[in-house]
Amino acid sequence: MAVYKVLIADDNSVDRKVLSRVVRNQGNDVIEATNGFEAVDLFKEHRPDIVLMDVMMPGLNGKEATRQIKKIADEDFIPVIFLTSLSDAQSLADCLDSGGDDFLTKPYNHIVLQAKIDSYHRMSEMHRTLLHQRDEIARVNKHMLQEQRVAKAVYDNVAHAGCLDASNIRYELSPLAVFNGDVLLAARKPGGGMHVLLGDFTGHGLPAAIGAMPMADIFYGMTAKGFGLREVLREVNQKLKSVLPVGFFCCAAAVDMAPDRQAASVWMGGVPDCYLLRKDGQMIETLSSRHLPLGVMSADKFNDQMTEFSMAMGDRLFLWSDGIIEARNDFGDMFGQERLLNVVRDSAHANHVFDDIQRAVDEFVDGTEQDDDTTLIEVIMTDMLEREESGAVTKTGNTVGPRDWSMDYCLEASTLQNFNPVPLMNHIMMEVPGLRAIGGQLYTVVAELFSNAFEHGVLGLSSSLKQSPDGFMAYYQQREARVAALTEGFVRFRMDHTGDGDSGVLTLTVSDSGEGFDYAAAPTSDANQNDYSGRGIPLLRTICDTIEYRGKGNEVVVTIPWPMEQADA
Amino acid sequence: MSVRASLAGNGQELVIQVDGRFDFSAHQEFRDAYEKAAEVRKYVVDLGGATYLDSSALGMLLLLRDHAGGDHSQISILNCNDDVRKILAISNFEQLFTIQ
Repeated sequence: MAVYKVLIADDNSVDRKVLSRVVRNQGNDVIEATNGFEAVDLFKEHRPDIVLMDVMMPGLNGKEATRQIKKIADEDFIPVIFLTSLSDAQSLADCLDSGGDDFLTKPYNHIVLQAKIDSYHRMSEMHRTLLHQRDEIARVNKHMLQEQRVAKAVYDNVAHAGCLDASNIRYELSPLAVFNGDVLLAARKPGGGMHVLLGDFTGHGLPAAIGAMPMADIFYGMTAKGFGLREVLREVNQKLKSVLPVGFFCCAAAVDMAPDRQAASVWMGGVPDCYLLRKDGQMIETLSSRHLPLGVMSADKFNDQMTEFSMAMGDRLFLWSDGIIEARNDFGDMFGQERLLNVVRDSAHANHVFDDIQRAVDEFVDGTEQDDDTTLIEVIMTDMLEREESGAVTKTGNTVGPRDWSMDYCLEASTLQNFNPVPLMNHIMMEVPGLRAIGGQLYTVVAELFSNAFEHGVLGLSSSLKQSPDGFMAYYQQREARVAALTEGFVRFRMDHTGDGDSGVLTLTVSDSGEGFDYAAAPTSDANQNDYSGRGIPLLRTICDTIEYRGKGNEVVVTIPWPMEQADA
Repeated sequence: MSVRASLAGNGQELVIQVDGRFDFSAHQEFRDAYEKAAEVRKYVVDLGGATYLDSSALGMLLLLRDHAGGDHSQISILNCNDDVRKILAISNFEQLFTIQ
């Protein structure tokens, strides 16, 4: 049995001794006080678990001593049991009213006494556990809020790096928690115009915000580097698919605003119908979700098909998350698509639509607690040239890229044995914003030229071998053997680029240590299936402006001007 | 909200009925409904009694699809009311499920 520390305060020494002996015999430690003052002092000194207090004592009486002890004990629960020879109901009730927890009438019943001490001890333990847990919860909560504040600062820096404050954009984000499950991103394209993305992640708060981080990073990074919205969406989809658990995804509407073409391309997956409002406010066009949300489909099944709308200067696009449509009033009715359409239709002027939607939704829900984040954005087609006017600089750095440059890169035999230079070459070319639009084609060109120079030139393999399935196998067996045995030879790249920021020409020269071939004898049409066409030349011809062989055929020069006429192909 | 599961077609088809609001509160029950059933080849989700579904319900359907074999899964969604059908249509879930 546990040993309790029991303070007994009684000015009657006989009563005190008797009680002390009983309590001590039951296995408890006893501290004796002969009056109220002593009781308070001994309490401070020994911090007993329980106090047995005579009510009437000279000097400081039991009730006053109890008041002081309770004050000293502060949050700790120290049960005080009054000892009294009075037995009328009023006197006993007074004991409890004055701050005591219980009473015990003289003469004492030993069994009841011990039972009460045990019972109060259990209560003290419970109280202590409760306090401990309360403090723990408070500590954890404080820690969590602190972490969330830091995380929120990081999140805001990532998610709001764009141009949501541009004069052609108005938006409203109403998060349900500290973090928002809805995300709004807007970034200027290097060549003019904007990318805008509204996303609605499954769920709310922190879990949703976590998904928004890589999304914002990719969106801003790729847009600034000149990638098209389709590539951005592909990348975002793939990222979300890989980081979000199954069942979590992001409904999104993404818009490519192209003022030069006076058009907008829209991709919508899992978001409610949005509206395109013509300048005069008379005609409303509906844009509908045609895709699965982002983060559902694997990269090879993702559909990046965009829908193009013409948008004259002053035309407006309104996008929203389902929080607006599903806003509920007191009766549990949803605001709904029809009410929304009516608000847009009945608005007196295109300028008022945004405010009218906000007001209509506010009036409809009328203070009813909402269960989703709500987001609304209006994007107006303008020339979007204010960056130059205001001199604002995007945080992502230089988007002009290198204009006039050249480089030589020579790979010797030991490097050629186990290194593929094509990605590196591609990376260097992609520093030029105007070349990014044709990145896929450039990759093909460099890869073809390299494999020609390496396999036919340095390794001396004949492409005629590849014309039958057996030959194909033989070709690659020979290739493997010759690569392993390679001791000398080289492939040299030279890249020259000139440009003015709006257009440019890339010249690629690839030479090798091989024997070359009789290019003069080769026909220029691809009618003849000989060694010439085996070098992938017809393919190169569709991309390059000029292709010229030099010397004995071991040097080729191709030129690629940009912008290309079919940059999107 | 309630979720009931029953086997049909010689135990190879699992019918999951969801009534009321199909939202996050159904998460555990919905999961239990299909995880306990072995040897099932086809799944039918009967939403005849479902009044509404939210994005976490869409997530649960994706989880079921993953469980049932992803692209090789056979899942039909039946008896959707207009609201439910609209939500499935906005998300283009007919590309992943057979919706009747």
